[in-house]
This record gives sequence, structure tokens and C-alpha cells, in this order.
Amino acid sequence: MRMRLEVDGLTYAYGERPAANDVSLRVGEGEFVGLIGPNGSGKSTVLKQICRALTPQRGSVRLDGEDLLAMPYRRSAQKVAAVGQEGEVPFDFTVEEMVSMGRSPYKRLLEPDTAEDRQVVRRALERLGMVHLARRSYLHLSGGERQRVLIARAIAQESGFLVLDEPTNHLDIRYQMEIFDLIRRMDVTVLAAIHDLNLAALYCDRLYALREGRVVLEGTPEEVLTPEHIYALYGVRSAVNRHPLTGRLSVVFLPGGTESTDSREEELS
Amino acid sequence: MPVLLTVLAAIAAATVLLATGLGLVSVPPGTTARILLSRLPLLDGAVTADWEVLEENIVLGLRLPRVCLGLVVGASLSVCGITMQALMRNDLADPFLLGVSNGAAAFATLGMLFGAFSFLGTYSVAISAFLGAAVTILFVYAISRVRGRLHITQLLLSGVAVSMMMDGVTNIITLSAPNALGLHNAEFWMAGSLAGARWAYLTLPLAVLLICMAVLMAHWRGLNLLLLGEESAGALGVDVRRLQKLLVLLASLMAGVTISVSGSIGFVGLMVPHFTRRMVGGDHRKLLPAAALLGGILLVWADVAARMVIAPEELPVGILTAVTGGPVFLWMLKKSDRERR
Repeated sequence: MRMRLEVDGLTYAYGERPAANDVSLRVGEGEFVGLIGPNGSGKSTVLKQICRALTPQRGSVRLDGEDLLAMPYRRSAQKVAAVGQEGEVPFDFTVEEMVSMGRSPYKRLLEPDTAEDRQVVRRALERLGMVHLARRSYLHLSGGERQRVLIARAIAQESGFLVLDEPTNHLDIRYQMEIFDLIRRMDVTVLAAIHDLNLAALYCDRLYALREGRVVLEGTPEEVLTPEHIYALYGVRSAVNRHPLTGRLSVVFLPGGTESTDSREEELS
Repeated sequence: MPVLLTVLAAIAAATVLLATGLGLVSVPPGTTARILLSRLPLLDGAVTADWEVLEENIVLGLRLPRVCLGLVVGASLSVCGITMQALMRNDLADPFLLGVSNGAAAFATLGMLFGAFSFLGTYSVAISAFLGAAVTILFVYAISRVRGRLHITQLLLSGVAVSMMMDGVTNIITLSAPNALGLHNAEFWMAGSLAGARWAYLTLPLAVLLICMAVLMAHWRGLNLLLLGEESAGALGVDVRRLQKLLVLLASLMAGVTISVSGSIGFVGLMVPHFTRRMVGGDHRKLLPAAALLGGILLVWADVAARMVIAPEELPVGILTAVTGGPVFLWMLKKSDRERR
């Protein structure tokens, strides 16, 4: 069920300037890998190419050694599920209908949903504690509830690889944690763009840092999340410590004027 | 859901019986039913012919083809509207958005006023209108292809531009029209009317409707997913480019064929999908058949009104749907504005 991803030389430009430039990534079986970087660094562009929302202009994406870009869309959707920053859906669907859409990669033309599909959808809703909202209109949900519906849809998709593009952006901290906990417990490989460096440190096995469309750093959270690197990426000073309770790194950002003990403010090569 | 479809189908059947009787000369529904029954192959001798020949002629020769055409045109426009809305991801899109009606009007007026297509014989209006629709859509489609894929914003904008060009052409043609009667006919046709209905006009629109409906129903999941946006649809297993091209093809086919037999009847393709969504939600598997039935019923009754309001004269039904549909459209616009805020 879990899958291995190899991305090589991925390049995509919206206009003249490449938004993703020669990006190569490795995500091992069962790993939880995070993409970090400032706004506009190309995180979304990279992820969209992996879930086939965009077609790369150069480069390759291989899943368990198989060329993802050459697969029929239905087949790639059985292997890779995505939770993105969904735009406005101008039409009315119930929560249940939205989650059922996760089953469509398994369906042939005309084939209706089976009892098994409904079971899968039900279980996905249960995992997110949304069964009571099943008949509600998606349009009338709050931003956080909508985001959870999209995650339920990805779960119903039953693929071995999850691509998450800042999936918990609209959620308050309780749901953010719940969802990351839930995803960690799932038997899948994950590649996620994460805005919050503390969440990235808490949940990711490895991180890739992007800047201006290029991978500039990779490694464990300990290797990537140092005050120097954070300054080079975001231009913000910070203190990074290991937290005694979690055993994970914790990043504290320092407002202007604060003396930091070990901020050496050096540029990345 | 099956209940709703059954109810709608029953209403459609009742509509045929009632609407066929209504008009300048009224025929009671009972008589209409018996005339219809007498024509069914198995019931040949079972119904006694106690009606007048005039009644039979009106029912079978004039009204029934008109009512049937109303059902087919109304259904086509509604289904076409849904297709355009899925393509544009906007519930305010309508069948004529890409300029098909204006293109059809330009060609048809050219035919009616100058006899440019008279070599096509009896159905020259229908054929020239279809040609106009086809030329327009191919033109708009060719412009909107950017690096091999369909650019939806460009599709919309070039549709608007081409409609205006075609409108200009139509105006030039009507202004230089050689005879007033032709002008009246052309205007009547352009306003959208079912008055010219004949049995022979029914075959093609019906066949197109059935084929398009079957293809769309086969792709109901893809249509649903397309509403989520191109990116989500791709990630959920839809070949977006292929589906978009298919939808343009189906929508133009339906719009072109409908216009060719009835002129452009506005607002049906906009309002019916909207009302149907209120009843069954956004799922295309339910939406398509329900909207087809509802659209047919609605247009037949609008047409009944069109031949009754200023009797013995006729009003083009397109004027009626525009006058009543305009305010409804505005109301929808304001409402969707409020909901999204």
C-alpha cells in the first residue's frame, strides 16, 4: 500500500520565470516528508505536478519506479491522493457527495456507487468525526469543516501516497494537530507543504526547503531547521530548541530587536 | 430520486395531453387522448372516431409536433446549459454563451432575406442556422486553444467578442433587407419560436438530445469533479482536457441543432438548471435527467402562453422567456452574490 516517490529535474514555468526549477525529491516508503519555504517558493507548483494538476515542462515523477506522468489519469488517482487549497466550489454538493468523489478513480463510466463505496465513505467520515454532517451542504460549512471534508475525500480515495498542500491552513490548532496525528497513523507515504515550522518539526521525518523554485536544503528537521537556515529562507531571526516533552525541535521567532544567542545570520550558498 | 423522475415524467405526459389541446382552437384533453390512442399501432379499432376531422388535423398535424418539439428543445437547452455551466464552472453560464445563437442568426437571416441558402430547399433556414452555429463555435474554439489545451477564460471572452461580430453582421443584413415581409419573418425567427414545428423537424434534435444525454450521463462523475476545478479534477482521475473538449462539442451540437429548429430561446438553459439544482442538488446523475424533463415541461407551457396571450396573433416564445426570465436571472445573480459573501 505504501509507495516510494522519485522526482527528478521537475521544471514548470507559468510565464517566463520558472516556479519550479530542476526540483528533485525522494520520498521513501512510509515516510512523512515536508516541503517548507516562503510564499512563492514553488511548494504548491511542485505538489501540483505530482498530483497531476499541472503537467511538468521537464522532469520525471516516478512512483514505485513507474512513470506517473504516463499513466492514465484514473490510474494515477488510485495511487496518489491530494488535499490542496481548494478554490471556491460554486455548486451545491452534500458532504457525503463530496467525500464520495474520492471513489471516482475506481469507477468506470456509468458505474454507480456500490455498498462497499458507501462503507468506505462512511468510515472516512467517521475518522474525521463528521458523520453527523453527512447530509449537510458543503457550501454551508465553515472553512475548517470544508478542509476536513477534503481530507475525508482523500482518505476515501484509498491511495498509498498522500500529497498535502498546506492541508490544515484554515484549521484551528486542535484540528491541525488531530489531522496530522490522523495522517501519521495512516499506512501511507506523505509529501506535505507545511507553513508552520513547528508542525513540520513535530510530524516530518525529513524536510526539503525550497526558495525561488529550487531545492536549497534537505535533511532531517534537526539538519534543516537551524536559526541560520531559517534566517536565510525567511529573513526572520529565531531560536531553535529541543522540547523536553516532545523530544522534537521547537522554533521560537524573535521580534526585531531581540538579542539572539546564536543567530549567525549567514546566507545559504 | 426515482420518485421525482416518475413524477416529472407523469407531468410531462399530462403536459402533452393538455398543451396539445390548447390554442386558438381548443380541443378537450379527452378528445386529444383518444385521437392519440387511435394512432397507436395496437389500438387501431379500439377507439371510435367521434371527433371532427379538423380536430384531428390540428392535433396531429399542428399541435402535437409543436408540443413534442417544445419538449425536445426545452430539454436540449436545459441539458446544454448544465454542460456549459460545468465547463465554465459557473452557474450563470448559458447555452448561447459562446456566440452560437448570434452566428446562427447571422446565417439564417442571410438565408431568409437574400435567399442565400435557398438551394438547400425546404429546410434551408434550419440548415443555414446550423451552419452559422457550427462556424461560430469552431472559430471560437480555435481561438481559445492555447498550447493544445482549452483556455476557459479565452473561450468565454472570444465567445463574447464573436457574438458581437455576428450581431453586427446580422444588423447589416437586416438593414439592407430587400423586403419587409422577409424582415418580419426573420425577426420572428430570431426571437425564438416553435411555431414552425413540423414532424420532420423533430428527428435530428431528438437524436442529438438522446446521444448527448447518453454521453453526459456516462460522464456524470467527471462533470461533478470538473466543478471542483481543473486541478482537483485531475488529481481525482479526470482527463480534464479530454472532457472539456467533449463538453464543448456536445454543448455546441445541442445549441446549434436547437437553434436551427426554433431560433434562440433564451433563459431556459439558465433557469432550469438552477431550479433543478434547488430540487436535487448538484450531482449530475440526478441533475441531468430531472433538468431535461423540467426544461421540456416549462418550455411547452411557455409556448402555450405564447400562442394564447395575444391570440389570434402569436408571440415568439423566446420573447416570453426573455421577459420573464430576465428578472429571474437578476434575482439569481443577486442571491448568489449574497450566498458567497
